[in-house]
Amino acid sequence: MSNPLTERSAAAIARDVNARTLSAADVADAVLTHIDDVDPQVGSYLTVLHDRAREVAAQVDARVAAGERLPLAGVPLAVKDNMCLTGTRTTAGSKILERWVAPYTSTAVERLLAAGCVPVGKSNMDEFAMGSSCENSALGVTRNPYDVTRVPGGSSGGSASAVAAYEAAIGMGSDTGGSIREPAAFCNLVGFKPTYGRVSRYGLIAFASSLDQIGPLTRTVEDAALAYDAMAGHDDMDSTSIDRPLEATAGHLRTDLRGVKIGLVKEFATGKLDAEIHALYEQAYRDLEALGAELVEVELPTADYGVATYYLIAPAECSSNLARFDGVRYGLRVDGADVHDMYERTRAAGFGPEVKRRILIGTYALSSGYYDAYYVRAQKARTLIAQDFERAWKACDFIACPAASSPAFQFNAKSDPYSMYLMDYYTIPMSLAGLPALSVPCGWVKPPGGDRPMPMGLQLCAPLFKERELLGAAHAYEQKTKHALTHRPLIADTAAPSGSV
Amino acid sequence: MTTSLRTNRSIPTLSSEKIDVRYVAKLARIALTDDEIERFGAQLGDLLEHVDSLAKLDVSAVAATAQVVESRNVEREDVVRPCLDRETVLEQAPQRQGGFFRVPRIIAES
Repeated sequence: MSNPLTERSAAAIARDVNARTLSAADVADAVLTHIDDVDPQVGSYLTVLHDRAREVAAQVDARVAAGERLPLAGVPLAVKDNMCLTGTRTTAGSKILERWVAPYTSTAVERLLAAGCVPVGKSNMDEFAMGSSCENSALGVTRNPYDVTRVPGGSSGGSASAVAAYEAAIGMGSDTGGSIREPAAFCNLVGFKPTYGRVSRYGLIAFASSLDQIGPLTRTVEDAALAYDAMAGHDDMDSTSIDRPLEATAGHLRTDLRGVKIGLVKEFATGKLDAEIHALYEQAYRDLEALGAELVEVELPTADYGVATYYLIAPAECSSNLARFDGVRYGLRVDGADVHDMYERTRAAGFGPEVKRRILIGTYALSSGYYDAYYVRAQKARTLIAQDFERAWKACDFIACPAASSPAFQFNAKSDPYSMYLMDYYTIPMSLAGLPALSVPCGWVKPPGGDRPMPMGLQLCAPLFKERELLGAAHAYEQKTKHALTHRPLIADTAAPSGSV
Repeated sequence: MTTSLRTNRSIPTLSSEKIDVRYVAKLARIALTDDEIERFGAQLGDLLEHVDSLAKLDVSAVAATAQVVESRNVEREDVVRPCLDRETVLEQAPQRQGGFFRVPRIIAES
């Protein structure tokens, strides 16, 4: 059965562990027991870190006893399996890294551990973060805790399902085109992608380096702020990491939106979506207004080209980044007659179909004769998309729009690759422009063919480096609406054998 | 607003010729089965049709963006810093020989 300890926010756990009215060891025990109980049905984790979690929890308790005050003391953490944690298997959801053990720890994870987090598991993901449903994992199936016949979203699907099913309080995600925001929307969570470069990518297995950004998935905005404050900041191990002062966000969360202008994007008008979903977003915008915000219309005329732009740039970068998986230094090797035969067999056996598709499209877009027509043209379209936002910021402080056009879909519903790519329609433009953006729960709909209400997410986006303002605004909306609290995840209360779901 | 200014249908469309998957797979060093070549060929053709919409954007006067946020060359003092030791790195090698990664023959026997 569920243990209330597992359902507490990161803020509440840290407060009590720091006050020594609760031990990190007890929190870790409760969460690990709960994981053993529900994860056979949810499938959030590829590796559960029983021993490591207990060991780290004991260290946290010792640090607190010695007088340290840790902002995330004892908070159970799900680490997406494309992030290195020394001594743990780190697969990126791929057969090519199925048995690879990280020899070092990524900066973002290191900083969360320094802040007192306790890593409880490595979470499932679409292979190399390429996907929007977690179905592209080569190593396991992850289910949506609100309806196990549906996907958790992706690519950070395991971190999302873990936090939603109370198997962690903070989930680490990486977002290249929407991989934090979309699973957050699907799993009734807050999912926050900071400005590109705010969080170090050192120790994150690269997908598309000009877009990849690490951020948190949490059950509350306050927890997202605490996690962001702990993991953000310059790191000289990542040359794209931004070297400018960091503003703490957690102490600056707002409860109203007076004096704030929020842009509604003309091109993202929701009238073309299902009537129920359209009504839900209309209500969300009215709620923003009721909090004191002034709603203005803004235009992002190039945003419609976002998906096309993204599906040239991201595959091009991935084809280059994934060249390192060649069977020589680490990971899988399949023997061949000569070194080229070995490369080709290794990559054929090690990569799944979506990864192969993206490497092929990227290789094609970068190949002689096509480079200018595809890759350079996409980079120029990217400039136009970023300029659209620059113009919009003259009229508004934030942009509000859907995080995804539908709630979580059923398994195998998007067998055509392009229909899956369209799941990121609303999140890609912000990624291409490097902007901070998040998804916050904004209500529930009953999808066709489903008998359970499923969550939807409101996406809020801010100008570069306005993380504090963005989280502040999201907090005001969350506190007014409290949509996340309307329904409990089905899975949290069931300890049924896996055959019954 | 600005869409009409940017839309220029006289711009040539991107290549619509059939993608040679076998050749691209060779460049990418991935062995594909005949079945994969057929399936990926159709899927990549489909994707290229979608991205061909970019031809509608007039980008003649636009600079390419490689990275959105400020970026500059990053340098540091040339001083030795600790790094992973050789044994830790070689532990993960698919095949090793002494202090080296071992790979299949690269240069053909003469």
